[in-house]
Amino acid sequence: MQALFGQLLVGLINGSFYALLSLGLAIIFGLLNVVNFAHGAQYMMGAFAAWMAATYLGIGYFWALLLVPAAMGLVGVAVERLLLRRLYGLDNLYGLLLTFGLTLIAEGLFHQAYGNSGSTYPVPAALRGGVNLGFMYLPIYRAWVVVVSVVVCTASWFVIERTKLGAYLRAGTENPRLLQAFGVNVPLMFTITYGFGVALAAFAGVMAAPVYQVTPLMGSSLIMVVFAVVVIGGMGSIAGSIFTGLGIGLVEGLTRYLYPEASSVVVFVVMALVLLVRPAGLFGRQR
Amino acid sequence: MSAPALRRLAWAAMVLLGLAAPYLVYPVFAMNVLCLALFASAFNLLLGYAGLLSFGHAAFLGAAAYVTGITLRTWGLPTELGVLAGTAVATLLGLVFGALAIRRSGIYFAMITLGFAQLVYFLVVQLPWTGGEDGLQGIPRGKALGLLALDGPVTTYYFVYVAFLAGFWLIQRAIHSPFGHVLRAIRENEPRALSLGYDVAHYKLLAFVLSAALSGLAGSLKAVVLQFASLSDVHWHRSGEVVLMTLLGGMGTVLGPSVGALLVVTLENYLADVGSWVTVITGAVFVACVLAFRRGIVGEVRALVRRSFIGGKP
Repeated sequence: MQALFGQLLVGLINGSFYALLSLGLAIIFGLLNVVNFAHGAQYMMGAFAAWMAATYLGIGYFWALLLVPAAMGLVGVAVERLLLRRLYGLDNLYGLLLTFGLTLIAEGLFHQAYGNSGSTYPVPAALRGGVNLGFMYLPIYRAWVVVVSVVVCTASWFVIERTKLGAYLRAGTENPRLLQAFGVNVPLMFTITYGFGVALAAFAGVMAAPVYQVTPLMGSSLIMVVFAVVVIGGMGSIAGSIFTGLGIGLVEGLTRYLYPEASSVVVFVVMALVLLVRPAGLFGRQR
Repeated sequence: MSAPALRRLAWAAMVLLGLAAPYLVYPVFAMNVLCLALFASAFNLLLGYAGLLSFGHAAFLGAAAYVTGITLRTWGLPTELGVLAGTAVATLLGLVFGALAIRRSGIYFAMITLGFAQLVYFLVVQLPWTGGEDGLQGIPRGKALGLLALDGPVTTYYFVYVAFLAGFWLIQRAIHSPFGHVLRAIRENEPRALSLGYDVAHYKLLAFVLSAALSGLAGSLKAVVLQFASLSDVHWHRSGEVVLMTLLGGMGTVLGPSVGALLVVTLENYLADVGSWVTVITGAVFVACVLAFRRGIVGEVRALVRRSFIGGKP
């Protein structure tokens, strides 16, 4: 029983990251029509930035949680302004290929600088320790990850579905040219949206730093699973990507308990099954 | 000069260059280029003509390499059977993955194929008979048709060259056939092709299976040539590399992928000992191609030739 709940908790943690990352992917894809392959690399850079800030500058976890996403958001703004902007109006596979190239550059550079082995980031003092729930032991940091990611996802959902800014975003997703005709600065919205998506990935990276090893390849192994999550859930709804992310995490946790050998492939098997039964994805619409 | 004449000239140049290659460069290098050129050409059939971006083509190359390795090394079957078995397994994988992947289009297609390739990767890592992290080493080359021992590099080269030409010929036949024209129609305007009565899903699947089969042939040959099958053949880096070869050489051109393969393999050969910088440079070439050079080398040359010799729009 202990083992089962332990695995489900790990699954929930992984699922929180799937949800955060697929949310960012969905927001970027919705407006810019770009599949941001670099999302995984940006998550990795977030984790590395937190580790570097702590190691070289002595900046603590909570400041990193604030500063790193802001800095990476600016990087995202630069990438959109200088590179992605040139590809709008072309087939959207070019956006995927460009961000794939950026992924290789980022991973290669970090690999060259820090090698293959990971660095550990200590759990912040305020979130150390754990609670014994009777049926399982709950480390506080893990609970924190799940709660914060659910809060961030819910807040993003609220902003997109219930505020004026979100209404612009949704209108831009439906028809950017019409929105521009109404006097909204759509190119600026594109820039901000991409920056926000990158900041979200970096935020997930900082959150992940104390849980996983900080390595140059931590992002690409994650992003493949997140892509499968996106195929399973469909990018149509924000709530859909959150539920799918958490759900897939739990399914993986359950598999790790029942048949550990299959835990790394189960998400792709689920993807195949969903394609068979509901080709548009669980929450998606065909587009 | 007319366009068909130019095409014949390019063909003749390629065949002659291929014949002379083992005396000009290191034969194993030349064979590696041929295998990856076939792989990229098969990939280009899908991307350049059907407009489908697969991000998981390493699955077919790698699975075929492993199957060939197992049939030749573990079971000791003749070389041709090993190559056939590898190609057959890749074809079958292509049929299953293709049937599922074409249910979604556009960017989802890329993600789905990537997912399936990851599935294959993890299977290869975990299955007991693939050698795990070490891969399969010491695959025997055997004899071609039971007669010609493939122990010398030059003999092996011509064996691979014949197989390459056969595969390459098949691809360019497919491109210039009515089938190839329907694929282009689907790429340009899928709803229109559908409304003209073409069974679009059927055509896409056929293109996918053909591409997977020839990628498998490339993988099987690669296993025979290099005498090993390794995890790098099923890794997603390999899937990205074939996209780069096609993009760099010129997608939607017959010769482009081969030119791209030659350049990328040469680049990797020269940069073999600078570590991760290869990845960085590969990424930078990717970015440069996408931003400034979308027609690729052969595409640019073709546009130039059309402008100066034939006139009219490039």
